[in-house]
Amino acid sequence: MTYKIGFDVGSTTIKAVVLDEQGKIVYKSYERHKAQVRQKALEKIVELREFTKEPFYFAFSGSGALGLSEEGDLPFAQEVFASAAAVRKEYPDTEVAIELGGEDAKILFFKGAIEQRMNSTCAGGTGAFIDQMATLLNMSLEEMDEASLRYHRLYPIASRCGVFAKSDIQPLINQGVDKADLCASIFQAVVDQTIASLAQGRRIEGKILFLGGPLYFLKGLRKRFKETLGAREEDVCCPETAINFVAYGAALTARKLFDRETLEKKLEDLVNAPAKLSDAPPLFKDEAEYEEFKERHRMHDAEYFPLEQYKGDAFLGIDSGSTTTKMVLLSADRKILYQSYSSNKGNPLDVVLEDIRYIYEHADPEMRIAGAYATGYGEELMRHAFHLDGGVVETMAHYTAAKRFNPNVDFILDIGGQDIKCFRIRDGRIDDIVLNEACSSGCGSFIETFARSMGYSSEEFATLGLKAQHPVDLGTRCTVFMNSGVKQAQKNGASIEDISAGLCRSVVKNALYKVIRAKSKDDIGKNVVVQGGTFRNDAVLRSFEQELGYNVIRPSIAHLMGAYGAALFAQTLAGEKSSILSYEELKSFTHTSRSVACGGCTNHCSLTINTFADGSRLIAGNKCDKMLPLAQKKAELPDLFKIKMKMLEDEQKKYSHDMKIGMPLVLNNYDLLPFWSAFFDVLGYEVVWSTPTTKEMYHAGQQNIPSDTACFPAKVVHGHIDQLLKKGVDLIFYPCMTYNVDEKQSDNHYNCPLVAYYPEVIAGNTEFGDTRFVYPFLSFDDERTFVRAIISHFEKKDIYFDKYTVRKAFEAGKNAYSDFMQRLVDEHHQVVTYARIHELPIALVCGRPYHLDPLINHQINQLLTKLGFVVVSEESVPRQVQHKVNVLNQWTYHARLYQAAYYAGENEDMELIHLVSFGCGIDAITSDEVKDILKKFNKFYTQIKIDEIDNLGAAKIRLRSMKEAMLQKKKESENE
Amino acid sequence: MSEHAVFTKEMMSTHTVLVPSMLPVHFKLLSPLLAKNGYHIEVLQNEGDEVREAGLSHVHNDTCYPALLVVGQMIDALKKGNYDMDHIALAMTQTAGGCRASNYLSLLRKALIQEGWENIPCLSINFSGLEKESSLHITTVALIRLAYGTLYGDALMWLKNQVKPYETEPGACDREIDAICEDLKKEFDGVGFLQSKRIYRHMLKRMKSVPQDRSKKKIRVGVVGEIYMKYSPLGNQHLEDFLIEGGFEPVLSGVMDFLLYCLQNNLIDYKYYHMHRKSYYFTKVAKNIIIISMQKVFTRVLKEDGEFYLPDDFNEVFENGKEFINPGVKMGEGWLLTSEVVTLVRSGVNNVVMAQPFGCLPNHIVAKGMIRKIKDRYPLANIVAIDFDPSASKVNQENRIRLMMANAKLNEGMFD
Repeated sequence: MTYKIGFDVGSTTIKAVVLDEQGKIVYKSYERHKAQVRQKALEKIVELREFTKEPFYFAFSGSGALGLSEEGDLPFAQEVFASAAAVRKEYPDTEVAIELGGEDAKILFFKGAIEQRMNSTCAGGTGAFIDQMATLLNMSLEEMDEASLRYHRLYPIASRCGVFAKSDIQPLINQGVDKADLCASIFQAVVDQTIASLAQGRRIEGKILFLGGPLYFLKGLRKRFKETLGAREEDVCCPETAINFVAYGAALTARKLFDRETLEKKLEDLVNAPAKLSDAPPLFKDEAEYEEFKERHRMHDAEYFPLEQYKGDAFLGIDSGSTTTKMVLLSADRKILYQSYSSNKGNPLDVVLEDIRYIYEHADPEMRIAGAYATGYGEELMRHAFHLDGGVVETMAHYTAAKRFNPNVDFILDIGGQDIKCFRIRDGRIDDIVLNEACSSGCGSFIETFARSMGYSSEEFATLGLKAQHPVDLGTRCTVFMNSGVKQAQKNGASIEDISAGLCRSVVKNALYKVIRAKSKDDIGKNVVVQGGTFRNDAVLRSFEQELGYNVIRPSIAHLMGAYGAALFAQTLAGEKSSILSYEELKSFTHTSRSVACGGCTNHCSLTINTFADGSRLIAGNKCDKMLPLAQKKAELPDLFKIKMKMLEDEQKKYSHDMKIGMPLVLNNYDLLPFWSAFFDVLGYEVVWSTPTTKEMYHAGQQNIPSDTACFPAKVVHGHIDQLLKKGVDLIFYPCMTYNVDEKQSDNHYNCPLVAYYPEVIAGNTEFGDTRFVYPFLSFDDERTFVRAIISHFEKKDIYFDKYTVRKAFEAGKNAYSDFMQRLVDEHHQVVTYARIHELPIALVCGRPYHLDPLINHQINQLLTKLGFVVVSEESVPRQVQHKVNVLNQWTYHARLYQAAYYAGENEDMELIHLVSFGCGIDAITSDEVKDILKKFNKFYTQIKIDEIDNLGAAKIRLRSMKEAMLQKKKESENE
Repeated sequence: MSEHAVFTKEMMSTHTVLVPSMLPVHFKLLSPLLAKNGYHIEVLQNEGDEVREAGLSHVHNDTCYPALLVVGQMIDALKKGNYDMDHIALAMTQTAGGCRASNYLSLLRKALIQEGWENIPCLSINFSGLEKESSLHITTVALIRLAYGTLYGDALMWLKNQVKPYETEPGACDREIDAICEDLKKEFDGVGFLQSKRIYRHMLKRMKSVPQDRSKKKIRVGVVGEIYMKYSPLGNQHLEDFLIEGGFEPVLSGVMDFLLYCLQNNLIDYKYYHMHRKSYYFTKVAKNIIIISMQKVFTRVLKEDGEFYLPDDFNEVFENGKEFINPGVKMGEGWLLTSEVVTLVRSGVNNVVMAQPFGCLPNHIVAKGMIRKIKDRYPLANIVAIDFDPSASKVNQENRIRLMMANAKLNEGMFD
């Protein structure tokens, strides 16, 4: 036998294993490689001289080694394959191995046919994700692990992909949820993600092996896995070699003999090999150019005045962001007396408390806070906690601040830690707001986390980028993709400088192409002000200017603009004295937060109850007013979402029979429910509809979802079917419908592929047991074929209908349907009339019929009525003449959107809100078109992307800004 | 509403029509054929980051990747190609189905307007009567030529994938294909192209003349997918070459099967919904002609030679899928994709790559949605679904394909 060496190069670490002649492990290591893959591999081989005997077998494994092995013609073992080999050798009775790495998640099934699965490109981020969360919580991994074991309650966190989970956690942090609960919930999210996206219906049971860094180091994570899988202690095992397992497998499968000299020579050649460089220009040609750049931006420095010497009125602005809290105190002549920028460290209230206390302690006794305003995600919390005078929408705060630096500003881009905001300004008012969708939030905090994982501070890392000669191209999607882009760059031998510059460019391109979707420079505007913490990084700023091709303004307080704007607001609106807590009151400031599940309705919102020293309470996380004290409740405004839901409920109650047939209340059935209920009534059946979706339902069906990038409304179908099966119905009906109802508003009347064919997915991915599933292909266009299909498909399940009855049922269904739609239009008119009598603005919420589902729309309708809108929806819009559109108009539901857009355009008091489900490919087309139509009428286009993430923060800002702009517009027109 | 530029008959002689690349082998044949019909065709060859960037800045990022690439390739070419902008036109295919892909043409027009090139006419290549005034004018004779061109392209691709993996002289196979295409062009000058039996034999002979070592059979890997991603090297990052370099033999069904699928769908529409009543019999006859008197000729020639695998019979593929998916699923590649996977697995090609754009709507159903069902039935099926998108890096995709390859080797017992 011979010595064997295996290397496993991952995204952040390099692992090595040496086996001696008996196949025993004589050496193993696990180290970070800080992106210096080649160098590190060579060093390792040299280091291993004393542990090996020549000649030895050698092989690489791991995604980070792909480039090395190809370029240097060195043997390579695919990593899943390598670990499978090691498992078979070392733990032959293993049935399932779960391996989490820096970025990959893998499951290996050994029982029966061996199956090896890797996460798809979208669901990456496991180890890297936990790292990011640790940064977010400002905890070390050890602390997180420790804390997670003490949890009391798990919060549902989106488990599809790291970025989504993050958006779920953020509000929880802001609400002040206990860290132990957060840590455990984060681990649970990783567990759910692994099970949902990898197991896909195949059960994880029997002897289970845990492999890879995160599982090895994090006891809490293993615990979550164990509990979720319901595995017994003796059935799970996380071996000593868990972190070196792939390297071990690589060693085992190595089949190529090397002597030391040859291998070292090869690796040396690789280290010295000229890197495959990108031809992108460097950020700065030379030092002089950099100096010129710095000089130019120095012009936009803010003015300061010492806090200790200032006498008179002062104005406080607090920007409570998702990861950081910013504060600015202004003098009457708008000089900065005090500023702070601090990480929330999981508790923004403590941060602010510290700051206000500092101000009181250091200010001249004659300084008086005359006004204090808050803005940002945590606005409400701040206002309540410290008794501030008021709050202002983020967008307005930023615009007010930017105007101070350039009165003609027409474009503001703000890249913060978690989000990108961009506003266009036309005629002195905010005209267009773009926020990043949950998918592209790989923003500022990404650079920070990445820098850390590479072993640099974010400042060091950014400075490196300035010197890059050949910045790499890392793509423009989310964090996960950028990580893989870095892998690719490492493979090509890019230097750390080039990676740093490349990342900065990615952030910029992400903003430009993905978020703003700039088509040309004219699209951006001439007077650009950039802000947000991320732009303090010179490399990002420079990349942006390079990408645009002209210079922009970055105020020195780029990171404080929200707070600065809020302070300016406070000044404009200040009364005599601010109601902010005095120094004395601060002393007794206490705050406790408690989380409860609301029992008010089936949504079971996670409520956080903040209680302050004076006994006042703030409830956060609620979607409705149900749990609020009576005084805070407002009369509810008419809301067509609610009305339609009620109508659907009534429709279900209309019929009753002994024989039941189950149907899922999903997708197009939100439209067709009246049809099917009446149809089956004639046939002697009562339709048992599934209930509107709940989180529990979704999770129950989650493991059967074959494609996790499908839209959320489609994915919930699995949960509905599961519910029907649990209800014990023995017959489920869910037809495939290529064609929708022809409303004569479009050139054709298709359904989208998912609406049309999801029953096929259900048929292929559900265990029905004894329940019969009937899913014929139907179209309402032709009665004869419709009737025939119904008869023949039920016949196959031993249910017999005659032609005459089915025909009658078809008629009855059609009548019920058109009657229902007519009533909906009537309701629409009534609601609109109400709004006009009371002079209320109308929100025309456009989406799909299935956006009525409360879990899918996240109850945006309630948010709107709370903001003072009367809500109507697109399917209730009265039929119009068909307008010509610029795109192929061949889907019924989408045609309704174009109609609604014209309708909103023609009605002065209506604003259109476009609900788009994440992953809806067709809305990529409709959104542009709807926007263009509204533009013709000089109207705002507000799009809200919704997915399983339950974070209304972004939607709130958008809707509040929209309302602000509406009011402004109204005021202007009244003045004219 | 802007009225878009129309491609008039006169423009045929004055304008160069740019076509996005998609089928490398076929287009070598097809573009000269269209030239015979009076069009000056140029198949775009530009690739690389600029194409993606041009696509990204002109098409909604969430639009499917093929649309982004096709539009990107055109815009990029127009920007760099030194074309006479007054004498240029663009052409692309349009499927008119319920998939968003049928919107490519509108997206292209929008992109042109952005660049201020709204005077450039766009042509639609479709068989559904969309965009009547902007469709490619093709005579019946030309249509027959194109049909044969497509068939020969399919045959060449079929042979290429069985020869190239075994060539002992790198590049020899590709050179041979170029040579065969030259020969074929001459056949199209007259009516020689109709003698398909002779032509197939000629092809076969020439392909066999490529120096090759067939002593060790390579593992076959099927490639199915969204049509653009399946065939276009620009889209799938040269997937066929990647497989060949990895020591595998790719298996790709021909484009004619996709056209047959479109015909079959019309027949099914009739059966299911009584649509296309008038064209039903014509479609049925057309389908049979294509299969029996065109496709099958190649199969017979291959059979009599005995050296190569035979392409799958379309009707068989159709039947194979029925157990798994209803033929009513007709958006995108619809039931054809599922049926192809089943056919591959049944004929012993257990390893399959499903190539699709990230978030492809129909493929949620017909590709990823059917994997479990197929695997339950055929446990040895080794299927990997690869999502291509403008930002997913190559390493990520490669690594997944490599896993499939390693599994393939394991299943074939090529590891100890």
